[in-house]
Amino acid sequence: MIKVTYIEDNGTSRDIDVEEGTNLMDAAVDNLVPGIDGDCGGVSACATCHVHVDAAWQDKLEPMNETEDSMLDLTDSRDDSSRLACQITATAALDGLVLRTPTGQH
Amino acid sequence: MSETTVIIGGGQAGAQTVVSLRREGFKGNIVLIADEPELPYQRPPLSKAYLAGEMPKERLFIKPAAFYDKLEAELLLGVSVESIDTQTQQLALNDGSSQSYDQLVFATGGRVRRLTCSGADHPAVHYLRTLRDVEAMQARFTAGTRLAVVGGGYIGLETAAVAAKHGLQVTVLEAQATPLVRVACPEVGQFFQTIHQQAGVSIHCDTLLESIEDEGEGIAALITNTGERILAELVVVGIGLLPNVELAASAGIACDNGITVDEHCRTSVANVYAAGDCTNHPNPIYQRRMRLESVHNAIEQGKTVAANICGKEAAYAQVPWFWSDQYDVKLQTVGINMGYDQTVIRGQPDSRSFAVFYLQAGRLLAVDAINRPAEFVAAKNIITQGLEVSVDRLQDETVSAKELIAT
Repeated sequence: MIKVTYIEDNGTSRDIDVEEGTNLMDAAVDNLVPGIDGDCGGVSACATCHVHVDAAWQDKLEPMNETEDSMLDLTDSRDDSSRLACQITATAALDGLVLRTPTGQH
Repeated sequence: MSETTVIIGGGQAGAQTVVSLRREGFKGNIVLIADEPELPYQRPPLSKAYLAGEMPKERLFIKPAAFYDKLEAELLLGVSVESIDTQTQQLALNDGSSQSYDQLVFATGGRVRRLTCSGADHPAVHYLRTLRDVEAMQARFTAGTRLAVVGGGYIGLETAAVAAKHGLQVTVLEAQATPLVRVACPEVGQFFQTIHQQAGVSIHCDTLLESIEDEGEGIAALITNTGERILAELVVVGIGLLPNVELAASAGIACDNGITVDEHCRTSVANVYAAGDCTNHPNPIYQRRMRLESVHNAIEQGKTVAANICGKEAAYAQVPWFWSDQYDVKLQTVGINMGYDQTVIRGQPDSRSFAVFYLQAGRLLAVDAINRPAEFVAAKNIITQGLEVSVDRLQDETVSAKELIAT
């Protein structure tokens, strides 16, 4: 298990224990984190699990592929910290990761 | 007494309606009635990752059970509705009980079209729509098994792809000249035919199934109009979906290839709504009515229903989109190509990365993006915003996909 913190746009913060190997969209849905829908089931087809990754963690993530990169263009608030949570898999190296859900994603 | 919204159907549209009702501030009772015994689950993985055994069952569920508890939504699973009285606003359920409603939502989806030829009831014959359908075929879904797929649409081809990767010997029967004829241009159909053939799948086009005979030992023999006799331990039929309209029709609700709804997802009867695969609905972007088999549509119509129940005059106005995964190929489709008079191909099909733009009188209707997510995203924006495109730029790979929007 690793700890991942999800912070909503209104500042509400939730610490979730995530089993290694689980993607962070599934973990959010299972733990009722608002703002992360995962409509397509985690195949980077819908961009409804857009998150901003805190700067300190961005280098520790696997680089994004072309599909994720393109799908993020469908979101309103993309910036350099944007990722799709379904494409981030929990690993020991990510223990303590902080993710923020974008304003207006619901 | 608090008001009650009853949702019939536990698929993507039904689950979304529950979620969206609470998000829109609905304070009354929510009751979801579904004839399948499982929590609402996602269907797309059934012919992809779940069939491949790469996805545990728990991951199929759209939300965990605790989620519905938290929303104070009551789920009546494994229960079906026998009849509806829209005057008294009462439902009769198959467990003998009744349920009253203030608002009723049909999210009844569809059921598979079944074979009608002789021998169609052979035990080797399976369909693919529900979790139980997949579980029923899993014991035979093993390397070396001869699989005959009837129908070269998305369900059939996705099944064939998973099977080929698992070492089954796969034959696909398709009535038309190329697969996917109903939804895509011949070039796209030909592309998918080629990648399946490269994976060892035998695709028989222009071929009709005439009957099925029993070969004994659980083996079926598929007899075709071309005189072939194809033996298979497993037959998977994917020949389309029929909308579940009978309950609505018997309650006097207008239906015409689906439950007829307006842009607010309202049916012809007061306080009755419908969402998802079961609806025949107007699309303002295409300025015509349509019925879609689509997760995205189910979700968006669920949201529309919920907003309208909560007194907001929300109108559905979406560009449809779809996806299919086969082998290393991700197809993303945006828009509806019906009525196209021109196709423009960007990139080379041989490279397994290209996009087909469908136009009508110069206006972009739809795109099939094959391993081309940037073109999918660009096209979604172009169609949604009604932007102009030029054929020269669509074809010109020195113009990036993002720049296509800038014209």
